[in-house]
Amino acid sequence: MTGSVTRVPGPDVLIHARGLAKTFGGAVAVAGIDFDLHRGEAFGFLGPNGAGKSSTMRMIGCVSPPGGGELSILGLDPVRDGPAIRARLGVVPQEDTLDLELTVRENLIIYGRYFGLPRQVIAERATRLLEFVQLGDRADDEVEPLSGGMKRRLTIARSLINEPEILLLDEPTTGLDPQARHAVWDRLYRLKQQGVTLVLTTHYMDEAEQLCDRLVVMDRGQIAAEGSPHELIKRYSTPEVLELRFDPDDHEQAAEKLAELLDVTAERIEVLADRILLYTRDGDTALAAVRGLGLEPVTSLVRRSTLEDVFLRLTGRRLED
Amino acid sequence: MGGSFALREFRFWLTNYRRTWRGSIYSSVLNPLLYLGAMGLGLGTLVDAHHSASLGGVSYLAFLAPGLLAAQAMQTAMGESTYPVLGSVKWRKVYVAAAATPLRPADIFHGHLLFTTMRLVMNCAIFLVVMTAFGAVRSAWVIAALPVAVLTGLAFATPIEAYAITLAKEQAFSLWYRFGLIPLFLFSGTFFPISQLPGWIRPLAYVTPLWHGVALCRSLSLGTATVWSALGHVTYLALLAAAGIAVGQRTYRRRLYV
Repeated sequence: MTGSVTRVPGPDVLIHARGLAKTFGGAVAVAGIDFDLHRGEAFGFLGPNGAGKSSTMRMIGCVSPPGGGELSILGLDPVRDGPAIRARLGVVPQEDTLDLELTVRENLIIYGRYFGLPRQVIAERATRLLEFVQLGDRADDEVEPLSGGMKRRLTIARSLINEPEILLLDEPTTGLDPQARHAVWDRLYRLKQQGVTLVLTTHYMDEAEQLCDRLVVMDRGQIAAEGSPHELIKRYSTPEVLELRFDPDDHEQAAEKLAELLDVTAERIEVLADRILLYTRDGDTALAAVRGLGLEPVTSLVRRSTLEDVFLRLTGRRLED
Repeated sequence: MGGSFALREFRFWLTNYRRTWRGSIYSSVLNPLLYLGAMGLGLGTLVDAHHSASLGGVSYLAFLAPGLLAAQAMQTAMGESTYPVLGSVKWRKVYVAAAATPLRPADIFHGHLLFTTMRLVMNCAIFLVVMTAFGAVRSAWVIAALPVAVLTGLAFATPIEAYAITLAKEQAFSLWYRFGLIPLFLFSGTFFPISQLPGWIRPLAYVTPLWHGVALCRSLSLGTATVWSALGHVTYLALLAAAGIAVGQRTYRRRLYV
């Protein structure tokens, strides 16, 4: 941060953080981050496990006092005004906190009561929200036997019972199978269309690309970059990526040889344990150049750059293992 | 605002209780029936045949019943404040879910305590009815033994809840039961006057909350209570309960606001 002018957040800034930090017994989880969340946007924290995403989320959710820096949520102080802020937030925690011993509908009713909503309002919203997350026909079933994807959707329904101004989603699809993930994404996308402000953390680059209007790349408690998925890819990667896989015995030799293409056909080369990535404008031309060196990869793939490439570029590591 | 927040948590526990109340009522009735039947009547016949002077000239049943009332409050308190508390943050995570809503850790704690209090009132009231039916009551003052027994339970419940929330594992509970609850149950004057204990161990009994509960419930049921001793017992129990609440507000916050 430069300059000493404190910017006063405007009415459309729902969350304002400057130098926000958190340590746990000497271990730094969040090392001073700045971000603003605007009304109506879908904002993401992208980073690997341990990057400080969940700690940040918990501070925003007012269940973890900030360890340093400024944080204001809906113009309020999370330490002093926790109850007032939480009344206007919806929270989908990383681990489900559904009550498995109650029914699907009871889970929503209990939760609605925590917000002090009138019985009639809760009943009406519960019915509507269960329809929205496609659990209308399971309303009176117990939660325990529901699939992981259904539980997640129920958690999302529950988080909407107070018609929150900001919906916080901590790793909303971690642990779900692809089909269930898509069902969750579909619901979140609809919420976004309805103008609900979303904040989500994820270590899935496809999730971030699909859902986020704007995101920050987090690594080791710090923000490495910020922008829309498209901007970030444009800024930190090339339009195309050529992925090459060689026989493990030839892998290192091939990597050395490929270095010749650097600054000619490839802007950057990443040598991973099992693959070599050539960052280039034109993948097919690059592949021809590779063959021109007398190298014959076992497999080759030309693809567009993703946020995974951005992360690799920024941190030298991969997002998902 | 705080009070109504605690009521919201209390209502959660009520809703939760709707599924298990039947079973709990059975044991609330069965427990005094079994104890008063076996110990009060069965063992009591033997004791009474020897006219033990240290019982103060009353039947063993009349001596035992109010002591058991206080002991039962302790047991109810233990049951409500050990596994349900740790489970709410560790397994079922209902505390964690509630902490994401307007409720503060202290509200969650107070709400759970309200429910514990309700369970204490229920169990102690049932016990009183059963012991009255057994003819174990000597004075109308026994009515006052109900709040005293509930207070005895709270003197256990609040510090135990305050501590249970700090635990990482549940193993400690079985130790508490084995080395805390059972010795207290047996040696706090419930089954025999502590004047029967060796002199050096008696001060230990005087500091346990159960002894105060037993002594006061008994003197109320027998109609021998004096204002000053009653005040002393109540003050001691109330101080313990209040200390538990003060500590619990902090420990709940520390556990739920990481």
